[in-house]
Formats: sequence, C-alpha cells, structure tokens
Amino acid sequence: MITTTPSVKQIYEWLEDVKDPEIPVLSLVDLGVISNVEIDGDKVSIELTPTFAGCPAMEYMKNEVIEKLKSKGIPKVEATISFRVPWSSEFISEKGKKALKQYGFAPPPSNKLFTELEILENAICPRCDGTNTEMKSPFGPTLCRSLYYCHDCKEAFEQFKPL
Amino acid sequence: MNNLPLKELLYKMADDQLIIGHRNSEWTGFGPLLEEDIAFSSMAQDKIGHSLALYTILHELGESDPDTVAFTRNANQFHNSIFTELPNQEYDFSLVRHFLYDTAEALRFELLTNSTCEPLAQVARKVRGELRYHTLHAKTWVKQLGSATEESVSRLQKSLEQAMPYALGMFEESPYEKEIIAAGIFEGEKKLKELWMAKVEETITQTSLRLPDWKIVQPIIGGRIGKHTEHLQPLLDEMSEVFRIDPGAEW
Repeated sequence: MITTTPSVKQIYEWLEDVKDPEIPVLSLVDLGVISNVEIDGDKVSIELTPTFAGCPAMEYMKNEVIEKLKSKGIPKVEATISFRVPWSSEFISEKGKKALKQYGFAPPPSNKLFTELEILENAICPRCDGTNTEMKSPFGPTLCRSLYYCHDCKEAFEQFKPL
Repeated sequence: MNNLPLKELLYKMADDQLIIGHRNSEWTGFGPLLEEDIAFSSMAQDKIGHSLALYTILHELGESDPDTVAFTRNANQFHNSIFTELPNQEYDFSLVRHFLYDTAEALRFELLTNSTCEPLAQVARKVRGELRYHTLHAKTWVKQLGSATEESVSRLQKSLEQAMPYALGMFEESPYEKEIIAAGIFEGEKKLKELWMAKVEETITQTSLRLPDWKIVQPIIGGRIGKHTEHLQPLLDEMSEVFRIDPGAEW
C-alpha cells in the first residue's frame, strides 16, 4: 500500500511499462493513447483514446493499465475508453517513432500532409532509408498499418498509418 | 426535444455499419488478391468498430447493451438500408457498392463532426480519418478498373446500374427529418444526397463508366423502417450464431 499520493508524472512513468500488445516496443504513453490522468484522493482515473475505433486491443490495453497501477499499490483505478480526444498519429512521441523504426515499421509521416492520395505514396524504408518505395495496400496486418515495398533494398515493409 | 429522432439516426447509421461490415468480412479468405482480402477484412473491422461506438451512444441513451442490440434483433427491427444487406455477388458488385456506400458514409460522418449531439460529433471526428482510407481504396480501384479492359469496364458498368436504385435508397428520409435538422444534429438526407451525387460524379467522370440518369432511377427504399429483402435474415442468423449458442462466450 502506498502512503503518499503519486503525482501525475509518476503515473505516466508507470504507464511507460504498459506496451502495445501488437508492437511490444511501444508503450501506451509513446503511442499517445493515454488522453487523461486524474487523481482524486486514493482514486486514479485513466482515459484512453483508441487508435482506431475497431482496434481489438483496446480492452486488453485498458485492463493492462488497471493491473499495472494496482500492482503499484493504487487502491482504486478506473480506466475508460473515450473518443473525447480523437487519436492522431501526431500523438506518437519522438521516442515512439524511433522504437517503431527499430522494430522495422516506418513511422507515420505528419498527418498534416495527408489529404487524399499523395502522402501514402511515399514512405521511407525503415531498413535502408530508401525513398524509392511503393504502397502495395493501405490495409495491413492490423488496422493501424499499411503495406509497402522498397525498390532500393527489395524488401517489403509496413508503415504505421498517418491518421 | 425527445430522443426518438436522435435514436432513429443512430440506429440507422449503426445498423448500416454493422451489416456492411459483415458483408465486407465475407470476403475474408475469398478476395481476388491477398491485398484485397486484407483490405475488405480490415474495413469490416473498422466498420464494426464504428457500429460499436454508435450502439454505445444508444446504450447511454437507455437502449440495451451493444451485443444484445446487435445480435438479438430480427430483420424487421433493423434500420440499415437495403443496399448494405445485398449479397456480395462478384467482386465487381462488391467494389461498386463499396465505392457508392463509403462515399456516402464518409460524407455523413463529415457532416456530423459539427453535430450538436456531442457524443456523436466525437465519434464522427474519430471515424472521419479512418474513412479516408476506405474511400481512397474504393476510388483507386474504381478508377483503375473503370478504365482498364473491355471486360472490367462492362462488369463495373453493369454493377453500377444494378446498384444505383439501392444506393439512392440510402437517403430514404426519416419521419423526424425536420426535427433532426432543426436541432442541429444532422443536416439531413437531402443535403447528404446532393453532396454524394457530386462526389460520385467526380470519380466516375474520370473513368469510361457512365452514370445512369439520376432523374429516372427509382430509389429502392424501406430498409430504414424495417422492410428488408430475404437476404437480411440469413445474414443475421449467421452473424449471431455464436452469441445465440453461448451469450457469455469470449473470443
């Protein structure tokens, strides 16, 4: 049991340990899905915003958040999923983008460039940094990833979608 | 204002997303290319996610929980447009429906980002980004196959003509049209239809396809008031099979 109330900063640090189940190098904090943290006495409320509305990992992430904070001795933890702050790929931190690249995914380009077609046509290969790449499909193995091919190193790769 | 007009809007949108999502999922394992298989499966997952978000708003307004609403109603209690329940047929029909339906869906959510119903506006702001990928996918293939070979053009043309009366049925007006517009919840089916026709024309004119004359196409309506074709009930039976066997099942 903790004796002093943790700070919001402390909560975020603890949540760094909770990872995206499909991209285990990326924490929920770096993914940008923690949209609010509130402390009220011995109760902590966490709000999560889904990357994609149909993301099947959200319930899992929510439960992991609750377990993590309970393991740190917080007696009352509430986690909710809300669309209040619509998630954007802009929320992924610089650290998160680096982690994605190391894991073999092209990080999302700025969504400000994403109007209709253009931005999807050029992704930077996470392996060789080549730019001679081609989108094979806007849809990939999970809702948040699309499929590309790199003509420089002749390898297929995935990009985390700008949204 | 009572909640009926809002509920009616939410039900028809949620049911549209659920039923078209189920139809999309029927391409899983059968797509003409692996990428198309994945695309239709991903869009299915997105759309069913959207239906969940909308059923959740309905639940907050006092309706049953999302699973009960999705899995225990009969066909005559569904408010989806007939267009969404039609069988997939061949890929050309599925593609044309995907293009016509998703163009309308994306515009509808775009309009709703300004809704006075804040929970609905929040969902719309979320969903609109996702739908860009759906409309991008549809337009890319319609443009490509709509100008490729004689066979691809004639197949899409035939599907376009078959689909159009049903597509226009998407804009069947609600009995609460006036209330919903006056309350600033939604700008209404007429407005949506106008925007949709312009968007559809914008893409089709870049292909060798010809649009039917809007004035002579008779919309096929009834879905919004629970009058469906014989195709909906078998879909619902299949979709709810696991739930009916074991309502508490987790998977």
